[in-house]
Amino acid sequence: MSAHTHRAGPVALAGLAATGLVLAGCAGDGDSSDAEASAEGPVTLEWFQGSGVETNIATAEALADTFNASQSDIVVEVDASGPSDSAELDNLMKTRLATGEMPDMFWYNSGSLLQALNPDQTMLDISDEGFVGDLDDSWVSAVSTDEGIFGVPVQTAGGGGMFYSIPIYEELGLEVPTTWDEFLENSDAIRDAGYTAVQQTHGDAWTAQIIVLADYYNVWANDNDWASKYTANEVNFADDPVAVKGFTKLQDVYERDYLNEDYASALLNDGLEAVATGEAGHYPMLGFAQATIATNWPDQAEDVGFFGVPGEADTEPGTTIWMPPALYAPADTEHPDAVKEFMAFVASPAGCDAVTEALGATGQYLVDGCTVPDEAPRIVADFGPYFESGNVAPALEFLSPVKGPNLMQISVEVGSGVRDGQSGAELYDADAAKQAQQLGLPGW
Amino acid sequence: MATLAPPDASDTAARTPGRRSSSRKYAHRMYPHWFLLPGAAVFVVLFIVPTFASFYYAFTRWTLFDVEFIGFDNFVTFFSDPQLSKGFTNTLIFGALTSGLKIVLGLLLGVLLTSNIWARGYLRAVVFFPVLVSVVGVGITFQALMDPYDGVINEFLAIFGIDGPGWLTNPDLALYSIILVDVWRGVGLAALIYMAGLVAIPQEYYEAARVDGATGWHRFWNVTVPLVRPATTTVIILSLIGGLREFQLIWVMTGGGPGFASDVLASVIYKQYAYGFFGLSTAGNVVLFVVVSTVILPLFWWLNRKQTEL
Repeated sequence: MSAHTHRAGPVALAGLAATGLVLAGCAGDGDSSDAEASAEGPVTLEWFQGSGVETNIATAEALADTFNASQSDIVVEVDASGPSDSAELDNLMKTRLATGEMPDMFWYNSGSLLQALNPDQTMLDISDEGFVGDLDDSWVSAVSTDEGIFGVPVQTAGGGGMFYSIPIYEELGLEVPTTWDEFLENSDAIRDAGYTAVQQTHGDAWTAQIIVLADYYNVWANDNDWASKYTANEVNFADDPVAVKGFTKLQDVYERDYLNEDYASALLNDGLEAVATGEAGHYPMLGFAQATIATNWPDQAEDVGFFGVPGEADTEPGTTIWMPPALYAPADTEHPDAVKEFMAFVASPAGCDAVTEALGATGQYLVDGCTVPDEAPRIVADFGPYFESGNVAPALEFLSPVKGPNLMQISVEVGSGVRDGQSGAELYDADAAKQAQQLGLPGW
Repeated sequence: MATLAPPDASDTAARTPGRRSSSRKYAHRMYPHWFLLPGAAVFVVLFIVPTFASFYYAFTRWTLFDVEFIGFDNFVTFFSDPQLSKGFTNTLIFGALTSGLKIVLGLLLGVLLTSNIWARGYLRAVVFFPVLVSVVGVGITFQALMDPYDGVINEFLAIFGIDGPGWLTNPDLALYSIILVDVWRGVGLAALIYMAGLVAIPQEYYEAARVDGATGWHRFWNVTVPLVRPATTTVIILSLIGGLREFQLIWVMTGGGPGFASDVLASVIYKQYAYGFFGLSTAGNVVLFVVVSTVILPLFWWLNRKQTEL
């Protein structure tokens, strides 16, 4: 922070990047001039979906169709083009926002990834709108900065923790564990019975980090302000006896020989299959994967239950939750009022129902008055008690902009015995420091 | 660096007073100076400016909006962070091993394929074929072949009762498995260069050696090896430059993993850029530039000097 800062240098670079975008933008210009030509008719809003994920496109289209049918002043069109690679999508978003080439609305993650888009300068602030009052507080904190609130939720929040095989639990007479020690006892029993106690799938490296991320509830339960202290660089993972457990739990799972033989090369779908078909007792995973089990192994969908990563005996059992992506608008949109009208629809029970219609019950809505249908799948039903008792904490990435990008590689190392939990935590702290410095946060 | 030579040469010519006044020299010039301008403009804008800009940005932490000068911090991070310094040592291992193996195997294959053997044309085509295949295709294919459980390689080893290792999933092995694939992919080109060098050796040397009673080994070691030195130089330079900058094969096969076990400078740079650590990424590029230059330039000079001594 001590060195001097100026803004002139990178303009030339941005200019070079923009030259390409002007050419790419020609096709889009045609659409917007059409809308202006018929100024008397409905306003057309373009919604850049961009993630290339099937269920996300279905969600966006369901919301647009229901909204278009409900009124005649505004037409929302979904643009589902975009790179499937997440690093490329991030770069595209950053460049489009920086050069003013973003369509009227766009779909993007909430939490720390949003912060990296520099929302104060590039996005439409909706903090004065009435519908913001209907949004869940934990949601608002995941889509806001000190200067504004920027997005409305497009899907549901779901838990991340352990998927477990109900048939194996019943066969061995096990109970859902409430502490980590109980979890280890259950896992010992499952391993000794000849099953895989804990499935891991390092072939999809991101799945290796779930235990660390999902353990955050236990950190939060011990200190509700941990995230803000973390953002201010007052606490870290390596020196905090509670936070470091996320990494040592990963070490436990490896050292106690719980893993499936092919953990180093198995993929996400292998893991879901193992826990759905009763080969594995546990699989650390996020709630959204429930939809894959329901699609690929429909007969086993009710055989897989969910519990949060257990903590110490003095911590009430709870779960870490993941926030859904959001609908945002760029600061320079030509139709801010129409955009806000659509956002008000998305953040209303009618919007939630449109999503339920398209996807079924996937988790908890974050808008007042929205309800989840009664016949929810087992995993989603298991989220319920945690939400009702309030024993939930958003994952750290929704509370703090600091998230080290190498967590998945570090988790692969700890989860395959290359590195112990303590040194994994130290390496991750150094990784997060680079992110905090890049964001220019005070105190790093 | 070779592209720098022409403007340099014309520059010195222009600055030398004796030559400047000589109109006879001008008569010999094929084109007027301003013919150089379009090429020079492209060269300056696309190569010189970015090169020097990257030296500046390597000392900053930058985004599309801001630049902050932070001195040597990026370089300190680069060499103190285990996940980044690992990429540095892996790059040297990768460059040295692939280059060495390509020289040895390329020369042996070159000797074999220039001798009078059965189906020579077919064998030459087979050895060269991997060079023509897309690197990404090679990577994906070997990823499937090297799968620890369903891969053809381990299933083949299982026939002999050998429990094959996790070629790409064992952190101690992953880098070396990729090295073997890179050698397989590149040895055809090395062999081709050697074949060209071998057929250029006059037969008289071999005849003279035979008259002096040299055995086959002597002829190979004392005649062939010294006389294919120009080919060796080319193979060393090409394979080292390629090896130190290798990215595609590693990215496709392991993505630098498991963990950071097979990361090299190029994959580290790519990842830092995707994470938004633009300054660190630029610093990595400068490190790569310096590494390639400090390895290649003295080597090039030394190899060429040896050649003229012969």
